[in-house]
Amino acid sequence: MTADGFSLPRLWAMIVKEFIQMRRDRLTFAMMVGIPLMQLVLFGFAINSDPKHLPTAVVDADHSPEGRTLIAAMQASRYFAITAAPETDTEADRLLATGAVQFLVRIPAGFSQQLRRGDRPALLVEADATDPAATSGAVATLTVLARDALIPDLTGPLASLAPKPPPFDLRVHRRYNPETSTQYNIVPGLMGVVLTMTMVMMTALAVTRERERGTLETLLVMPLHPAEVMLGKIIPYIAVGYIQVAIILLAARWVFAVPLAGGLGLLTGASILFIATNLAIGYTFSTIARNQMQAMQMGFFYFLPSILLSGFMFPFRGMPGWAQVVGECLPLTHFLRIIRGVMLKGNGLADSAVELGILGLTLLLTTAVALRRYRRTLD
Amino acid sequence: MNTAIAVSGLTKRFGSKTVVDRLTMTVPAGQIVGFLGPNGSGKTTTLRMLCGLLTPDAGNGTCLDLDIRCQAAEIKRQIGYMTQKFSFYEDLSIAENLDFVARVHGLPDRRNLVMVTLDRLGLSERRTQLAGELSGGWKQRLALAACILHRPRLLLLDEPTAGVDPKARRAFWENIHDLAADGMTVLVSTHYMDEAERCHAIAYIAYGQLLAQGTVQDVIASAGLTTFTVRTTGDNHHTLNTLTTALRKAPGVDLVAAFGAALHVGGADRSALLAAIAPWRTDPALIWQDDQPTLEDVFIHLMARSQDQYAAPTGNRP
Ligand SMILES: Nc1ncnc2c1ncn2[C@@H]1O[C@H](COP(=O)(O)OP(=O)(O)OP(=O)(O)O)[C@@H](O)[C@H]1O
Ligand SMILES: [Mg+2]
Repeated sequence: MTADGFSLPRLWAMIVKEFIQMRRDRLTFAMMVGIPLMQLVLFGFAINSDPKHLPTAVVDADHSPEGRTLIAAMQASRYFAITAAPETDTEADRLLATGAVQFLVRIPAGFSQQLRRGDRPALLVEADATDPAATSGAVATLTVLARDALIPDLTGPLASLAPKPPPFDLRVHRRYNPETSTQYNIVPGLMGVVLTMTMVMMTALAVTRERERGTLETLLVMPLHPAEVMLGKIIPYIAVGYIQVAIILLAARWVFAVPLAGGLGLLTGASILFIATNLAIGYTFSTIARNQMQAMQMGFFYFLPSILLSGFMFPFRGMPGWAQVVGECLPLTHFLRIIRGVMLKGNGLADSAVELGILGLTLLLTTAVALRRYRRTLD
Repeated sequence: MNTAIAVSGLTKRFGSKTVVDRLTMTVPAGQIVGFLGPNGSGKTTTLRMLCGLLTPDAGNGTCLDLDIRCQAAEIKRQIGYMTQKFSFYEDLSIAENLDFVARVHGLPDRRNLVMVTLDRLGLSERRTQLAGELSGGWKQRLALAACILHRPRLLLLDEPTAGVDPKARRAFWENIHDLAADGMTVLVSTHYMDEAERCHAIAYIAYGQLLAQGTVQDVIASAGLTTFTVRTTGDNHHTLNTLTTALRKAPGVDLVAAFGAALHVGGADRSALLAAIAPWRTDPALIWQDDQPTLEDVFIHLMARSQDQYAAPTGNRP
């Protein structure tokens, strides 16, 4: 038996120790369960990138049936909620300026007359575009909505004004998420974000905590192999990570009604691989940082691009080239593709193989770096 | 094997500061060797190099016939190292700490071993108490128990009895002697003179350099110190105080220390010392007595001397 070789009983000793310590650290343990729940509430319920029922003011100077049809159609689209009908333009402008309304629709006097004459009257819609995301969905529906709403009115002599149908039939199928529910996109993504945030942080503190408390000296003077220490610190947190996955999956199913199109087995396997990758990255941080504060900062430094450039917050294809390159280097990007693929598209193992391979490679690489960086001495 | 530790030229620098300077030392197997020296002299650093926790910048050596540079992993299995600062897990209970150590060393019959150890420590009832909640002295006892759990052949102890009460200290030393009788070698750093006198041999280090090594008698004799004890007739404290002040400045007097109503006066150069104290020996209020220097006299003298050397520009500063 060599002193330097890997030994399972010693690994087990580390795992048991870490589990006990984790159990004693009630607050951290509570956070582990609390963070996914809090994030679910924040992101799942509070964030909606396609908001409906936006307050809208209508200045109707025309008072015609066409105008009323249009307003009715806007309300029917659920994007607009007519909350004010100001009499004057100044009053209308003030409503928009104060943010009381998101949209201002002006139906000019003589709109219906001009429409009937075929003069292509202007229908002015002013949007408060300080937050483009909030208005884009509503604006996109407007053109279609106005056309469809007014066509039935163009009968008899006006029929010639009705736009001609295009020579082809354009059909857009919103596949995998027909109602374009934000939650379908967010809830699976949230799993990746929560795991990135908590798992990296947990192991980032692992070695630095031992160093700061002085216990590293005991650990180093015992015949422990670096791989035993590393795995001993990672394995208990895989269990914790999986508890988080379970919480989010249950919430996805029963609270947000996100379908699970693919297999649970693949989902579990991919999650465990992703958890292990994050833990290995955090552990690598803790072999580089000198103290817990530094480790924490490294964790944040990693978390920020992960959440911004992985395609969780903003559409991946909308990012500039360099940002996509950075994004490709982040494990979260690949996990999001796997998880959304499996949950929404029903992807199988073959569809996810490339992304799984990238995650696996990242895990191997970071493990190698961590084992190289792990110092067996105090100097 | 009859030497447990043999190192030569061991050197460690932190930045530009040489903390251990060309240290050469041997510790025979089965002996208890006391490691003494002032604060910051490099005792902890030396012990850490011996057990592979620090890499020496120069020098080499063996621990239990294993090379300290390239066989550190093998050394770690066979030694017990008790750190100066408590370094077991404060958020684990007493029993869990022992259990962890036993598992890591792969000790057979683990549960029983932990139970027996707890019994011997007298900690059986408090086995579930967190180590962090123990008093300082009890922490020391727990740490020692954890260090000898795997029956190491060499024990490195860094101030193991700091803050331990006299009764426990005596029990501790009896324990150490029992272990040595069974063939364990012990290198123990301490600041207590009485503990130094309980060792088979001592090594004295100051400013990273080994200044003396051998049995207590050898070390005292090799210092070549001449000492006198001075007492006053009646309670003439005043005279003693003036004497102290005067002798501190006198050339040839290296050492003036008060012990209650008596004064220890010593010097390395016997004739210079005699010359310095000559005017006072005729004082009828003082009783002069030829005396043996104590270990403490020797250490304080060594410390003062090496301080002078260290401060001198010709000193071996890096
Ligand atoms: N990691 C380190 N980095 C820089 N300097 C250090 C380090 N460790 C120790 N030193 C310095 O080395 C010197 C020797 O320290 P060491 O702890 O070996 O002394 P010691 O003899 O054990 O002292 P004490 O009796 O107070 O325990 C001190 O001056 C200390 O400041
Ligand atoms: Mg020390």
